Amino acid sequence: MSLLRGVYRFLYDFIVGDDWKVAAGVVVSLAIGLILLRAGLPSSRVIVITAALVVALFVVALVVDVRGRGE
Amino acid sequence: MSDHTVWGLGAVTFVAAFVEFVEALTIVLAMGLTRGWRSALAGTAAAIAALTVFTAVVGYALATWLPRSALQLIVGVLLLIFGLQWLRKAILRSAGLKPLHDEDDEFREQSAAARAAERHNRLGLDWFGFVVSFKGVFLEGVEVVFIVITFGLSAGDVPVAAGAAIAAGFFVVIIGVAASRPLSAVPDNTLKYAVGLLLATYGTFWATEGLGALQGGGSLVWPGGDWALPVIFGAWFALSRVLVIMLPRTRATHRPQWENIP
Repeated sequence: MSLLRGVYRFLYDFIVGDDWKVAAGVVVSLAIGLILLRAGLPSSRVIVITAALVVALFVVALVVDVRGRGE
Repeated sequence: MSDHTVWGLGAVTFVAAFVEFVEALTIVLAMGLTRGWRSALAGTAAAIAALTVFTAVVGYALATWLPRSALQLIVGVLLLIFGLQWLRKAILRSAGLKPLHDEDDEFREQSAAARAAERHNRLGLDWFGFVVSFKGVFLEGVEVVFIVITFGLSAGDVPVAAGAAIAAGFFVVIIGVAASRPLSAVPDNTLKYAVGLLLATYGTFWATEGLGALQGGGSLVWPGGDWALPVIFGAWFALSRVLVIMLPRTRATHRPQWENIP
């Protein structure tokens, strides 16, 4: 059990890292991109919108982190 | 693959590997100088052997079982998350919201822990020195291995990525042997900033192209193809500079402390 916990801890630290919101932002952006793609939006637009979402959610994650920790 | 992609691949792998190997060197030096070189070098050798097997297994599995678009999606997401984590730290450090990484401090902490630990011999080796050296080299190395595999496979040039990482390793070992002390003069934070920008750039490019895999088709294509890469890089760089200026102003209080931001 402690081995499993150790592996989980390692993978979490390795992939997700210090701030889970950053990883969550990437996943949410791609999920929205997929929904737009399936809705029939042109792929050239989907790709740009998805990238913009990644950027926007990264900013939100950082601002939330900095503001929240300062209180 | 265009020339600038090959250069980008080689450069980002070299710098990322260099930064990780400098951190591994600090740990091995601390163990070697406090617990003995035999155990530290044995731990390092065992970690390199484990990393070689890990690279072969993961690389073969990814290259054999995944179609190109799925590979782009998976490695793009991983690179993007790694890159954004590196970029996040670099932005917070540049904004004065997180302390700078210091190899001398790391060396002092590792050495103090090594001196305090009891001595247990196994297989003729000091076990503490062996295990800490093994963990240090393996954990720092895994990130390099991921970057080599993911960049190499996605860009279709594993030899360039692997060559750049090996060159970085040799470079760090040579400098480390010559200096016999932690490489604190290396601009670790600047290098991490650069790597974070490059990983975020390629991660954004590949992860979004790989969306096509979830649609059941091939990869999507960026407007302008590979020429979108410098535009994405410029966007991440500009955003990071804006955040460095703006983030300190968004703090709810005027306390400059950084210790509670991980």
